[in-house]
Amino acid sequence: MNAVVEGFRGFTRYLGGVLGADAYAKYLEHHSASGHDGPPMTAREFWRDHTDRQDANPQGRCC
Amino acid sequence: MVTRPDGKQRTGQLDDGLKPDPALPPTAVDPATQDAEERKWTPAKIALWTAIALLGGVAWFMLAIVRGETVNAIWFVFASVCTYLIGYRFYSKVIERYLTKPDDRRATPAEYKADGKDYVRTDRNVLFGHHFAAIAGAGPLVGPVIAAQMGYLPGTIWIIIGVVLAGAVQDYLVLFFSMRRGGRSLGQMAREELGLIGGTAALIATLLIMVIIVAILALVVVNALGESPWGVFSVGMTIPIALFMGVYLRYLRPGKVMEVSIIGFVLLMAAIIGGGAVAGTEWGAAFFHLDKVTIAWGIIVYGFIAAILPVWLLLAPRDYLSTFMKIGVIVMLAVAIIVVRPEITVPAFSEFASRDNGPVFSGALFPFLFVTIACGALSGFHSLIASGTTPKLIEKERQTRLIGYGGMLMESFVAIMALVAAISIDRGLYFAMNAPAALTGGTVETAAQWVNSLGLAGVNVTPDFLAQTAANVGEESIVSRTGGAPTLALGLAHIMQQFIGGTAMMGFWYHFAIMFEALFILTAVDAGTRVARFMLQDSIGNFVPKFKEHSWRLGAWLCTAIMVGAWGAVLLMGVTDPLGGINTLFPLFGIANQLLAAIALSVCLAIAAKRGSFKYLWIVALPLAFAAVVTITASFHKIFSPVPAVGYFANNAAFSKALADGKTSFGTAKTEAAMEAVVRNTMIQGWLSVIFVVLSIIVIVTALIATVKAFRNSAAGIANKDHEDPAVPSRVYAPAGFIPTPSERELMAEWNKLPADQRFEKAAHH
Repeated sequence: MNAVVEGFRGFTRYLGGVLGADAYAKYLEHHSASGHDGPPMTAREFWRDHTDRQDANPQGRCC
Repeated sequence: MVTRPDGKQRTGQLDDGLKPDPALPPTAVDPATQDAEERKWTPAKIALWTAIALLGGVAWFMLAIVRGETVNAIWFVFASVCTYLIGYRFYSKVIERYLTKPDDRRATPAEYKADGKDYVRTDRNVLFGHHFAAIAGAGPLVGPVIAAQMGYLPGTIWIIIGVVLAGAVQDYLVLFFSMRRGGRSLGQMAREELGLIGGTAALIATLLIMVIIVAILALVVVNALGESPWGVFSVGMTIPIALFMGVYLRYLRPGKVMEVSIIGFVLLMAAIIGGGAVAGTEWGAAFFHLDKVTIAWGIIVYGFIAAILPVWLLLAPRDYLSTFMKIGVIVMLAVAIIVVRPEITVPAFSEFASRDNGPVFSGALFPFLFVTIACGALSGFHSLIASGTTPKLIEKERQTRLIGYGGMLMESFVAIMALVAAISIDRGLYFAMNAPAALTGGTVETAAQWVNSLGLAGVNVTPDFLAQTAANVGEESIVSRTGGAPTLALGLAHIMQQFIGGTAMMGFWYHFAIMFEALFILTAVDAGTRVARFMLQDSIGNFVPKFKEHSWRLGAWLCTAIMVGAWGAVLLMGVTDPLGGINTLFPLFGIANQLLAAIALSVCLAIAAKRGSFKYLWIVALPLAFAAVVTITASFHKIFSPVPAVGYFANNAAFSKALADGKTSFGTAKTEAAMEAVVRNTMIQGWLSVIFVVLSIIVIVTALIATVKAFRNSAAGIANKDHEDPAVPSRVYAPAGFIPTPSERELMAEWNKLPADQRFEKAAHH
């Protein structure tokens, strides 16, 4: 049973990674690892910035 | 792992100026150890690869040589998977060893440019899924279906062999070269490697190709939704669902991507089920019953609005939804085909394989089969993705093989499954669905009569059968539902109902398939318009600097309107074309896509030559030559062929003459206005073909000149100018493939022993 739960968790984590759901966590990791000056963006700020950057920098999707 | 025979030969200390941090374990497996490991053939390894080769061989034998009444779909799975495994293990290794020569001691852009936003080291398995979701869309689901007109074998061979020798090679090389250049785009690389003329031609060609591709993808959606109240309702509902998700993510619960994707998915399912109920009511059927021209205008207006709305409101949420669906659908399709294992009655080569006047697409097998199936075998569009987001996320150089080459193999597998799904339906039904209304007459009676008159072996359809099939999937009619998507949806429904739900569920599965295809395509339309608008703004910006300011609203709207107008015009042309639209325009889609591939491969050829890999340049030259020959021949057919069904100008001349002779109906055009439309359409299509082929020839020629120049330089001992970013020593380690090798495991263990504070921030998920 535990293995099933673990497997399911692993799968959702993977799917989350593919979707990019962990982008903020990665940003925080980078922020704390890279000798920052100033506090990191909050989740709300980060996700705003995330989509705003896509606005300024569009990427194609394939056919 | 890192064997140090005399204690000094550490991986990081090869004499090339890269100075690794001595406090860290090696950042790459020692090349000698790795080489020994790869070359050592244990009995178990030999047995495994012999088994794979044998199974693949048997499967190919069943598909290509045995001529029974039927062939089981499972052989398609075995033939493709075994060939992919062999191609990946052996051919991509050759490319890695002799052409790309990745060096894990070098930091990737995700490491040396790390910013926590665009440049982020990403776990290889996650990135594989991410890259796959970015490259795979509706293309591999549509092309193989249309190509099935010629029988299953030509398409199968091209999809499987083409991907191993061409498509995956292109994706891998572009990804690797872009990664070495800090994630630069194909256009920038073309400009650097081919000079001003080649670079400009590549840019204009890319822009035009995007317009064509977006237009024809939109045409596929229009054809799938025309006169289908259920489809219009459920696909239309994706817009409010995406808007809701966008607002949810922006204001209610920022960053809860997984949560909102699941909510969105549930709403989508509700929209599909609700669509059936709505289409069943009288008002619903009347209100959502739209003709194709109305839907085309709807998509044009939608395309413009979607491309100027902020990304967070529509594009980003639909992207999540589309990725979510993509992974789910592909897994579902694979499981269903393996479980159900349908028997295929379509012949290996159909009666149309040796003719050039097939009803689904016109033109002879060579070259038109090879342009009809672009995505899945060789897709130039991928070069834009492989030089976009993905190179900025790669963790280690050697992982490019898994992600670039492996990701494309995966897309090829999707194409094979789409082919299997499409050919699992009755062959008479296939032609009734995929021939234009001009031939089938549009009613079940005329369609059945027309299909039976084709004289296809084993084909006998009745009007009742056609009507019953339409009723099963909740459509008013399935006659002349061209574009590939409805056929795939029917095939999928046919397979899935044997797996879950029976006939009662067919309508749901059919509309489920239409929904995800529409979702992929609408995302591609929206994103494609945005990218094209930026490209146009930058190009105009060279003359009117104000246009380079992307935040300048008026300029952005103007350029969006121009791009939407361009693809909208092609779309309307396809929708109103008296000749049937898809069958004349789809070859243009394939030609455009593969000319882009030829451009990408030309750039790779020039880069590989400048790196001095002359002996192995054939790896790039082979797919380039093939793509160039196929697309240029196809373009020449389209431009110069005297057969009106094939040549645009021949058709133009035939219709112009008929008009001049005062005829009021000619061929499938029943009115004078329709004839004038044909004259106009063929002229535009013809000139588009001319422009494409001229631009592509310019790019290929400039690449060949650059290659020869590189060859001369190295013969004369002059160093070629290299546009790679300077090498920076890496400070992280991760294995290259899905499964780490023993030496990689050892090295990982060494890294894991390192105190956490000395380790460079670790990428998530291990």
